[in-house]
Amino acid sequence: MEAFLQKIYTLGGPLLLGAVTTVEITVLSFIAAVVIGLLFALLKLGAPRPFVWLINIYVEVFRNTPVLAQVFIIYFGLAYSGIKVASLSAAIIGLGLNGGAVLTEVFRAGLSAIHRGQREAALSVGMTPWTSIRFIILPQTWRITLPPIGNYAIALLKDTAVVSAIAAPEIMFYARNLVTSTFETTYIYILAALLYFALSFPLARLVDHFEKRQRAWQ
Amino acid sequence: MEPLLRVEGLHKSFGSLDVLMGVDLALMRGHKIAIIGPSGCGKSTLLRCINYMETPNRGHIHLDGELFGEKQTNGGYARMTEKELAVQRAQIGMVFQGFYLWPHLNARDNVAIAPQKVRGMSKTQADELADAMLDKVHMSHKADEFPERLSGGQQQRVAIARALAQEPKLMLFDEPTSALDPELIGEVLKVIHELADEGRSMVLVTHEIQFARDVADWVIFMGDGVIVEEGPPDQVLGAPKNDRLRGFLNQIVEH
Repeated sequence: MEAFLQKIYTLGGPLLLGAVTTVEITVLSFIAAVVIGLLFALLKLGAPRPFVWLINIYVEVFRNTPVLAQVFIIYFGLAYSGIKVASLSAAIIGLGLNGGAVLTEVFRAGLSAIHRGQREAALSVGMTPWTSIRFIILPQTWRITLPPIGNYAIALLKDTAVVSAIAAPEIMFYARNLVTSTFETTYIYILAALLYFALSFPLARLVDHFEKRQRAWQ
Repeated sequence: MEPLLRVEGLHKSFGSLDVLMGVDLALMRGHKIAIIGPSGCGKSTLLRCINYMETPNRGHIHLDGELFGEKQTNGGYARMTEKELAVQRAQIGMVFQGFYLWPHLNARDNVAIAPQKVRGMSKTQADELADAMLDKVHMSHKADEFPERLSGGQQQRVAIARALAQEPKLMLFDEPTSALDPELIGEVLKVIHELADEGRSMVLVTHEIQFARDVADWVIFMGDGVIVEEGPPDQVLGAPKNDRLRGFLNQIVEH
């Protein structure tokens, strides 16, 4: 028993350290994705044509290629062209850009689900287009997009595992290192999976909670 | 005397479809114009051009002596920026066929938000104003309800209160009862009637012929993007000269 606990202790320490990085990558790339997604979805409504084309190209490229390839290209590609990026930054940039493409579409769908009468009513009372977006359109968009954004956040937390491939020091990175040094393969990966579950489960409950609260004023 | 609203030579087309082909009208302060006509005749588009929800292709709008939606430049006209337009639009209240209350706000906030965000009132001031406007449309008892919990007639009355909170010089009603169940039409017409009696200036697009007769000082019958016949209600609705108008009125009475 003591030997078992000792094993958990030596393996769990590094994995917990990785969990901190996993949370950090998740939070930062999530924020980046929301900012990019919202900005681009709004630009698609009113920006000049060439901007809209560029946004569409961005969305299609990032939606239709594996995130692992994107992270590799950002990490090694930038290094090759002389720009040194830390693996952690490359991970956040890659996941952020990838999520930005996903959320651009989510927000676009949310915005287009709102009847144009909502905007016209806002303009008719003397709101500027920006005021109407800020106080009338976006609050309704949140309501529609919250479930897909929440699901995206949960998926993102688990997808951060791919950035172990560029040696970003998160859970799976430490897990692999431990495997090579201790050969406790099964233990380590079960512990890693439990850690992801411990992070993801509360997040899923939080998303459910927000969803229910939003439904209350429908 | 300068009319409150002057519409001159208004043309509007959507692609190759000509919806308005030269419409002129003038509304004196405190007067009410009712616009009637078959669907697709351009009456709603005319209303939507008056507050520049649609930009006319040709023609001009004057409100209270000021050019509306446009600026005079050397030798021509240019559309205002959205910001300038917003300031002008605040002078015109609009009531839509589909109500378009904002579902994330309760009745009071639906009315109070524009006074706050457009006119810069404090929350307390705006709420007071909203409660007073809801009282006018007999909806005080539902101030805390969200639109989804209100009937169509109640929603439309809140939408009228929202427009009134702008303290507009002119009210536009775009078929305000067309989306309502028959038993709910009366309560909305009653409210509009009360506003008319207060001496507000209004342009109403409506299918309620009797209501138009009771409320309006002037009735316009439109067909195919032009004014076909106009005059005092007793004349236009009581003794129509034009064949199409006669046909239209007969059809409506039959229903």
